[in-house]
Amino acid sequence: MSVAMSSARVRRTPSRVDDIAGLGRVGAGLFMAPALALIGVFLIFPALWTIYLGMTNYRLTGLAAADPDFVGLDNYTQVLGDSSFWWSLRLTLVFVVLSGILGQMMLGFSIAWALRHLKGLAKSLTETLVLAAWVVPGSVGSFLWLALLDRRGGTLNVLLDSPGTAWLINYPMASIIIFNIWVGTAFSMLLFSSALASVPPSQMESAEMVGATAWQQLRDVVIPNIKGHILTNTLLITLWTFNTFGPYLLTAGGPNGQSEILAVYIYRTAIPGGQLGKGAAISLIMLLINLVIALGYIHLARGKKKRA
Amino acid sequence: MNRSKNIGVTISAAALVVILAACGQGASDTPVESAAPSAPETVSMTANAITGGKNAAEADWFTDWVKPQFEAAMKADGRDVTVVFEPQGVDDENYKTKIALDLQSGGGADIIGMDGIWVGEFAQAGYIEPLSDVAGSVVDEWDGWPQISEAVQNALSFEGERYGVPQGADGRVLYYNKALFAQAGLPENWNPTSWADVLDASRALKAIDGVVPIQLNAGTAMGEATTMQGVLPLLVGTGVELWKDGKWLGGTKELGEVLGLYRTIYVDEMLGDPIMQQEAAGRDNSFAQFAAGKIGILLEGDYFWRSVINPAEGVGNAPMADRDTNVGYALIPAMKPGAGVNGQDFVSMSGGTGRVLNPNSKNPELAWELLAFMNSADAFRSRVAGTISITPREDVNAEVLKGDAMLTFVSEEILPITAYRPGLAAYPEVSLALQEATVAVVAGEPVDQVLESYSKAVADIVGAENVDNG
Amino acid sequence: MTQSTAVQPASPAPLKKSRAGPILASRTVKHFVTRVLFALAMGLVLVFFALPLTWLVTAPFDSNPTMAVRWPDWTFGNFQTLLESPYALGSIGVSLILGAGTIAVVLTLGSLASYALSRVHIRGRDGLLYALLLLSSVVTGTAAMVPTFQLITLIGLIDTHVGVVLVLAGGLLPTVIFILKDFMDSIPKSYEESARLYGASPSQILRHVVVPIARPGLAFVAVWTLVQVWGNFLVPFLLLRSPETKPAAVLMYTFYTESGQVDLRLISAFSLVFSVPVIVLYFLVNRRYGFRFHGGIKS
Repeated sequence: MSVAMSSARVRRTPSRVDDIAGLGRVGAGLFMAPALALIGVFLIFPALWTIYLGMTNYRLTGLAAADPDFVGLDNYTQVLGDSSFWWSLRLTLVFVVLSGILGQMMLGFSIAWALRHLKGLAKSLTETLVLAAWVVPGSVGSFLWLALLDRRGGTLNVLLDSPGTAWLINYPMASIIIFNIWVGTAFSMLLFSSALASVPPSQMESAEMVGATAWQQLRDVVIPNIKGHILTNTLLITLWTFNTFGPYLLTAGGPNGQSEILAVYIYRTAIPGGQLGKGAAISLIMLLINLVIALGYIHLARGKKKRA
Repeated sequence: MNRSKNIGVTISAAALVVILAACGQGASDTPVESAAPSAPETVSMTANAITGGKNAAEADWFTDWVKPQFEAAMKADGRDVTVVFEPQGVDDENYKTKIALDLQSGGGADIIGMDGIWVGEFAQAGYIEPLSDVAGSVVDEWDGWPQISEAVQNALSFEGERYGVPQGADGRVLYYNKALFAQAGLPENWNPTSWADVLDASRALKAIDGVVPIQLNAGTAMGEATTMQGVLPLLVGTGVELWKDGKWLGGTKELGEVLGLYRTIYVDEMLGDPIMQQEAAGRDNSFAQFAAGKIGILLEGDYFWRSVINPAEGVGNAPMADRDTNVGYALIPAMKPGAGVNGQDFVSMSGGTGRVLNPNSKNPELAWELLAFMNSADAFRSRVAGTISITPREDVNAEVLKGDAMLTFVSEEILPITAYRPGLAAYPEVSLALQEATVAVVAGEPVDQVLESYSKAVADIVGAENVDNG
Repeated sequence: MTQSTAVQPASPAPLKKSRAGPILASRTVKHFVTRVLFALAMGLVLVFFALPLTWLVTAPFDSNPTMAVRWPDWTFGNFQTLLESPYALGSIGVSLILGAGTIAVVLTLGSLASYALSRVHIRGRDGLLYALLLLSSVVTGTAAMVPTFQLITLIGLIDTHVGVVLVLAGGLLPTVIFILKDFMDSIPKSYEESARLYGASPSQILRHVVVPIARPGLAFVAVWTLVQVWGNFLVPFLLLRSPETKPAAVLMYTFYTESGQVDLRLISAFSLVFSVPVIVLYFLVNRRYGFRFHGGIKS
C-alpha cells in the first residue's frame, strides 16, 4: 500500500511520503487552486454569510428585512430552548438510525452479499431496480410513493385490501423511513459490492474449506477486511440522511410535526415562517451536530488504524 | 452639450405632441409623431401563473390579449415597445420568496403580481412603494379608480396608500348540495341565520350513509385556506376582528366560541372528517368529494364555483355537470343574528390579488401605462370572456356578471359586508398560530388549553403588549 | 484442527456412510429450504423496489390515470399534450445543459484537486476535506439561499445558466473530491512511477495515466452529479427568471399546484420523460464500466 519510494523532494512531514507524480507542494497547490477557488466563492462565502445571518433577526419581508438587528446568540438560545427543536432533533436521530444505518446499510449489505452468488438475469434485474429507485429524480420518486400510499386509490391499499387507510397520516415516520430506504439503498449496495469484491479470495476459500458457516465467514473474514469501508459508508450515509429534505415532499413534516426532521424544520422556519435569521442559526447547529458525528467516526477510524 | 441639446429637442417635440393631441387630434394619423424616433423599450411582468398550469387563464390572457394589444397600441403611438411575460406557476410560498429576493436585490419585473396580504410586509421591508411615488401623479388621475370601490382598493393598500391595482374581488359562502339536502328533508333554498342552524342541518345530513355532513377547513396542511375559509369567517361572525387598533386578537372568549364550534363538528358530534384536515392534499380532496356528492355543506370562496366545479369545457378541475341546478349557496351567518362585526347578521371574508409596480423599474411610466391598460374596462371584459369572475370594476361587473347568478350574488350581497385580513408582516405567523389552534382542537385538546397556547404563541410573535386577550 | 480436515479430502465420505442417510437427507432439505428462503427474500426485495416504479410505466400510457397501478387504457395522448405545452420539452433540454455543465466543471476541478490531495501529503488535508464536506451541507440547505442569491446578483450572473452551474458545482465539489480521492488512493502507483521515469509532467501523468484507469470512478461521479443536478429545484428556481431557461425540476412543480387537483396525465407523462435521461445515462455507464466503486474506499 505505501510504496517507500524516494522522491525528488524530501518532505518534512513524517507519515507516508510519496510524491509519485513529482507535483511538489507548489504543483499540488496549483492543481487544487481552481477547485478551491470555486469552493471559496460559491460555498465558503455564502456559508460564512449564513452563519452571520444566524446572529441577526433577519427576515425576508417586513421591518426586519429592511433593518435587521444583530442579536448575537439570541437566536441560538431561543432555538435551544424551543421544545419543537428538540422534538425535531429526536425525530431526525431516529430517522438516521432506522433509515440510514439500519435500513440502507443493512439492506445494501445484504443485497451485495446475496448478489455474490447470483448471476445473469437475476443479478442485473436486482441491480437495475435498486439503482432505478436511486436515480429517479427526487420529485418523481416522492410522487410515486404518494401514489402508492394514497388513502383513497393507492396501490398499497388495493393490494392489502385496506381501503381508506391513511398511511402518511397514521404512520408518518414509518412512511418516510421506508421511503428513504427505498431511495438510498443503492449507494450502500454499490459500495459494499466493491468492498466484498476486494476481500482476498484466498481467505474466503480457506474459510469455506474449513466448514465455517456463512455467519462465521462474515464475522471472521469479511468484516475485518472491510472495516474501513463500513466506517466510510456509515459516515456518508449518516451525514446524507441527517440533511435530507426529500421526506418533505411526502408528508410536509406533518401531520402536526410528527415527521418534522431537521431539514424540514429549517425550511418551515425560514420560508412559511419567514424567519431566515433563526433558520440560519438552526443550520449552524445542525452543522455542529454533523461535526460531532464526523469527529466520532474519525476517532473510530484512527483507533482502528492504530490497532491494525 | 450635445446631450442636453438632444434632450431639449425631445422635450419640445413631446410638448408639441401633447398640445396637438389636446387640441382634439386624438386619431393616430397625425404626422407629429415623427419628431424623434423612439428607442425600443421593454416592459416586463411576472405573476404566479403559467400556461398549462396554475392560473393558466391569466397567463393565456396575458400572452394572447394584453401583449399584442398593448404593443399595437404603442406602435400606433410611434413607440416600439416589447412586452415580456415571466410566468412562474409554483406554490405561493416559493413565489413570494422569489419576488422578495428579486425586489431586494434591485431586480425583478416591472410589474409584479402579488397577493394583497403580502403588501404590508413588502412595504415595511422597503421592497415596494406607493404607486404614485413610483410612477408619478398620473397614477392618481387614472379613470379606473372611481370604478373600484374603496373596500376593494384596500386589498392592495397599506397605511392608507395605494400600492397596487387589485385584479379581482372575491367572497366566501356556504355551498350545499341540494340533492343531499332534499334527501335529509332540508329546504332547497336554505338560509341559515345562525351557527345553530348550520349545526342542525349538519345533524340532519348525518343520517345519510357515506356522506360527510360539513367540511370546515382545519389544520395546518391546508395552510391559509384554513384561516380564510375556516377560522376568520367564523371569527368575524362573533363580532371581533383579528387585528384592531394596533392589537392582535389573543385567547379571547370569541375565539373560544369559534374553537368550540370546531370541537362540536370534529370531536363531539363527528359532523366532519378529521382525517381529511391532515392530508397534504386535503383541500383538493374536499373539492373532489363535494363534486362527487359526498359532502353536504362546504365553506368556500367563489373561486370554487367558477374554477373548480365549473362544468364548462376544460375549465373546472372537478366539474359538476349539475352545478347550476344542484349546488346551492347561502350567506355565512354570524353566530347569532346581529352578532357579527359592525352588528351584521351575515359575514364573509375577502382576499384579493393584484399587481404592484417595481420601484427598481427602469421605465416606471411605461410600466404604469401597461398596468392601467391591463385594468381598463376592455381588458377586464376580455379577461373574463371565457371564465366569468368578479372584476374589481363596478362598470364591468354590471355587464359581465349578468349571466351568472352566483357571482352577481357575491358582487352585490357579499362585497358590501365582507372583511379583510390585516396586511401586516406578522400576519402569516398569526395565521399559522390559528391553524395550529384548530389542529389541537380537532385532535381533542380542551378548548381552554388551546386558547392558552394560542395566546402565548401570538405574544411570542408580536410581543405581549400587542395582544388583546379580551 | 482445521488442518487435519484439509489433509484428508478423501476420507469424509466413507466415514460418514454409517450415518449418511438421514444426515445427507437433512442436509439436502436444509439446503433446499435455504434456497427457497433466499429466493423468497430476494423476491420481496425486488417487489419492494419495483412496486412504486410500476406506476411510472403504466400511468403515462393511461388515458385516465388514477393513483393506483392498473392495466392502462393504452394511449399516447398524454405525451401529445406534453408536446403541446410550450415549456415541457425545452425544460428537459435545459436540465441536460445544466447537468452537462455541472459534470464538466465538477469532473475537471474535482479530479485535479483529488489527485493532488491523494498523491501529495499536505498537513491538515483530511481536516480540510471534512470541513468542506460539512459546510456543503449548510450551503445546500434553505437558509443559505439569500446569501447565494445576493452573491450571484452581485457577480451579475443572475438569470444565467452559468450562475446555476457554478452554485451547484460549488455545493457538490467537496463530496466529489472526497469520493474521487478514495478512488485515486486505490490506484496502484506503479504506472505513475514508470511514467515519471520517462519524464512525464504531473498533468500529463494525470491525463494519460491516471484518468483512464480512474474512468469507472469518474463515470460514477458523473452519474451521481447528474442525479443531484437533475432533481434540484431551489437553486434554478431562484436564480433563473425567463420561462425558457427553466429546467424540468422546476417545471414539474408547476403541474403540482393547488388550483384544483393535480393533473395526473401530465404529471405521469412528464415524470417518465423526466426520468428517462438519467436512467439511460446509468445504463450506458453500467454497460461500459460496470458502475462500481472500483478498488474500494479506505478511510
